Amino acid sequence: MAEFTVNGEKHQIDDDSTMPLLWYLRDIAGLKGTKFGCGVAQCGACTVHIDGTAVRSCVTPAASVDGRNVTTIEGLSENGDHPVQSAWREHNVPQCGYCQSGQMMQAASLLSDNPDPSDDDIDNIMQGNICRCGTYPRIRAAIKTAAKTGSAS
Amino acid sequence: MITKIENVSRRKVLKTGGGAGVFMLATSLSGCGRKEDEITGAAVNALSKKLEPLNLFVSINEQGTVQVLCHRAEMGQHARTGMARVIADELEADWDKIDVLQAEGEAKYGDQNTDGSTTIRADFMRLRRIGASARSMLERAAAETWGVPAEECKAVMHEVVHQASGQRLSYGALAAAAAAFDPPAYEGEGFDPGAKTYSLKDPSEWRYIGKSAQIVDLDDITVGKAVYGQDVEMPGMKIAVIERGPVLYAKVKSFDGAAAEAVAGVSNVLKLPVGKREGGFNPLVGVAVVADNTWAAIEGRRALNIEWEEGANADYDSASYRAELEASVKSPQRVVRDKGDVDAAFASAAQTLTADYYVPHIAHAQMEPPAALAEYKDGKVEVWTSTQNPQQARLDLADILGVDYANVRVNNALLGGAFGRKSKPDFVYEAALLSRELGIPIKVIWTREDDLHHDYLHSVSAQRVEGAMGENGDLTAWRHRVTFPSIGTTFNPATEEGSAGELGLGFTDNPFATPNMRLENGKAKGKIRIGWLRSVNNIQHAFAVQSFAAELAEAAGRDPKEYLLELIGPDRVIDLAAEGLSVDYGNYNQPYVDYPIDTARLKNVINLAADGIGWDSELPAGRGMGIAGHRSFLSYVATAIEVAVSDEGDLDIVNVHVACDCGIAVNPESVVAQMEGGSIFALSNILNSAITVSGGRVDQNNFHDYRMARMHEAPKNVGVTLVESDAPPGGVGEPGTPPFAPALTNAIFAATGKRIRELPIGDQLRA
Repeated sequence: MAEFTVNGEKHQIDDDSTMPLLWYLRDIAGLKGTKFGCGVAQCGACTVHIDGTAVRSCVTPAASVDGRNVTTIEGLSENGDHPVQSAWREHNVPQCGYCQSGQMMQAASLLSDNPDPSDDDIDNIMQGNICRCGTYPRIRAAIKTAAKTGSAS
Repeated sequence: MITKIENVSRRKVLKTGGGAGVFMLATSLSGCGRKEDEITGAAVNALSKKLEPLNLFVSINEQGTVQVLCHRAEMGQHARTGMARVIADELEADWDKIDVLQAEGEAKYGDQNTDGSTTIRADFMRLRRIGASARSMLERAAAETWGVPAEECKAVMHEVVHQASGQRLSYGALAAAAAAFDPPAYEGEGFDPGAKTYSLKDPSEWRYIGKSAQIVDLDDITVGKAVYGQDVEMPGMKIAVIERGPVLYAKVKSFDGAAAEAVAGVSNVLKLPVGKREGGFNPLVGVAVVADNTWAAIEGRRALNIEWEEGANADYDSASYRAELEASVKSPQRVVRDKGDVDAAFASAAQTLTADYYVPHIAHAQMEPPAALAEYKDGKVEVWTSTQNPQQARLDLADILGVDYANVRVNNALLGGAFGRKSKPDFVYEAALLSRELGIPIKVIWTREDDLHHDYLHSVSAQRVEGAMGENGDLTAWRHRVTFPSIGTTFNPATEEGSAGELGLGFTDNPFATPNMRLENGKAKGKIRIGWLRSVNNIQHAFAVQSFAAELAEAAGRDPKEYLLELIGPDRVIDLAAEGLSVDYGNYNQPYVDYPIDTARLKNVINLAADGIGWDSELPAGRGMGIAGHRSFLSYVATAIEVAVSDEGDLDIVNVHVACDCGIAVNPESVVAQMEGGSIFALSNILNSAITVSGGRVDQNNFHDYRMARMHEAPKNVGVTLVESDAPPGGVGEPGTPPFAPALTNAIFAATGKRIRELPIGDQLRA
């Protein structure tokens, strides 16, 4: 059995399971905040953290995360007040909202690696996450706000 | 806000261990001790006290919490917030005490089809009346309680005040008494808003209309608790993934499901029981793989072996079809608008100009692929899904399944984007048919490949525009032909001409003042499902009209913005019949007298967009500005764009400014968001997105070959100017999209001298 944690809780899956982490999270663990958009790591809607780093859960077999810690949008912060989440609200980022879990998880990972990202840094890291509603300018602004509030805290 | 999505069909309280939230279509509640017969789609009513309905859309409980029903679908346009703001305003309610519920599909709510940028523009007055009528009931309840005339009682911010005596009662305290009255009528012929039963607020008294608000679903979205169609669950359900015919209306000749059935977790492999219906919203023929979880269903489908009888549409090849469309616009076609004497004007022209434009099929590619959960049980069917049109889904379910309309329920979750795709509920019927066949609840999941292969595509089109000009460069005649497969072909294969409705989207309603104008529409057969997509035919019509306006300006040696303003001509309300229109003009289903084509408003937004971008500034080499202005969905939007194009052909969108006159803007922040989003949605269409078809099969599969605009390609900022207006509200979800493409290609021309007449841009700048 592969054993791992999701938002601090223990989970396990057969070693030989091919199920991507996305479908484990959504169908088995019941965590629907992580979204299905493409299934081939092209849109970023399924982005979660593994040991703090953003990965595409749709192409990551759940069995491959043995011994590691998975964080989903539901576990990004206890009270929904991660600087990224607060900045997303401040800038009224979401339109339909479907891609935003993945966007926020990617942004949180970006800021944890690079607390003060330039526009180019934001372009480089966020271009894997598609928003069909076109909220990119607000995502960019929210990341900059989160960078400020994150470094202040 | 205390708003959470709740399913209005399930107001009874159900207990879960899941914290304080109110869940609609709640996500997995495993471990919550829930009984098997409790549908996960049921609501948990955290409000806990009895709600008193004041009318169909407004209920209040003892604590004063107001429940407002949202009958339209929420797909990112912020309908749930906007419509609730209008009701809350007229209700004189405290916005912090408003709870928005999502309506199921039910005729009594009136039109629920969330299409055509409709929610606010079609319902504004009705929503006001709904709020005002509820307010009048509360005032009347207070008056009776105090034994004073109702005229002396005034609702102010969630309480009713009797000024003479200083008495006041909260909405919560008045709810039960108010609910005992019959609600005054709020719609219908002869309704007098000034009648003594109740009156609307004077706009100067509005608290919320015209003031920006955060959306009601913001908290849920930012913590991952917002529930979409893909997220719904119920006990005992299985997941179905369907392999549909690769060619439109292909049939299954034979299939071998043994390998699929051998996949762990797969329980059934079966032909989708669609019957003989085809076309319209009917499901496509396919083979379904039913499994315990989505991954097993996807893996099972991969192991399917199906032999298809492809049928007549296997000859569809979008490259040769394009050649037919382009040939069509080179010769005269059915005339739909003819003003003056175009032939004479061309014969005497000092200069003529011709340009051909092509816009391909576009897929909706909303981020959430279609999904629906259905339970067919004892002759009744209930579905939980994300649809723009729950009433249509309900009607069709009754018809397709042969059950009474009363025995069908359609519950709506949030829509993870839609753009027109989810007003075609074929995926809903798939789930219901499978549930009936298998006797268990079935959730149908579409993958991204399914979504791109089996969309209702934006219509491909070819256009030719010709201009005749006088010595001074002024336009003397305009001839424009368009040929495209009509949306009607999806519903009636015999359809060959564009409908008046489609042609009225930026073609027959051309606002130019030229004395001679002829508009023609060619014939095209449907070979794939065609459907409406955000702003519909306005996309290609605005692209051609606004591009050609700039081409004429170039030929005349004039500034494109000034030339465009001259083309539009003097301030006036256009009389299309007097200007040669011979087909109907639908005007987006609104009376022309209330929403005429007003050239002053169109010119105003063009000037504002130009001001916003600094139109007259000097630019270095490799930079350029473009502009376009277009009326659609009763709103006027102009977009001005500055680009930089490198010698290698790299495009950088330096600046974008959008000016929007949508009349009254209920929630300006959401209107601004729609202008930003409508622009970037267009950018996706323009850069690299094209659906092509070979042998009847869509060539694109996923986001690697059907490419969306991404962060690094999008403008860093989209400036928006909203025109202050007391005109009745126009649409906002779609009008931001049409002017963006021509503004961008006009800017590219200004920067490079290269004219883009074919979308997407793709590698054209590198050639």
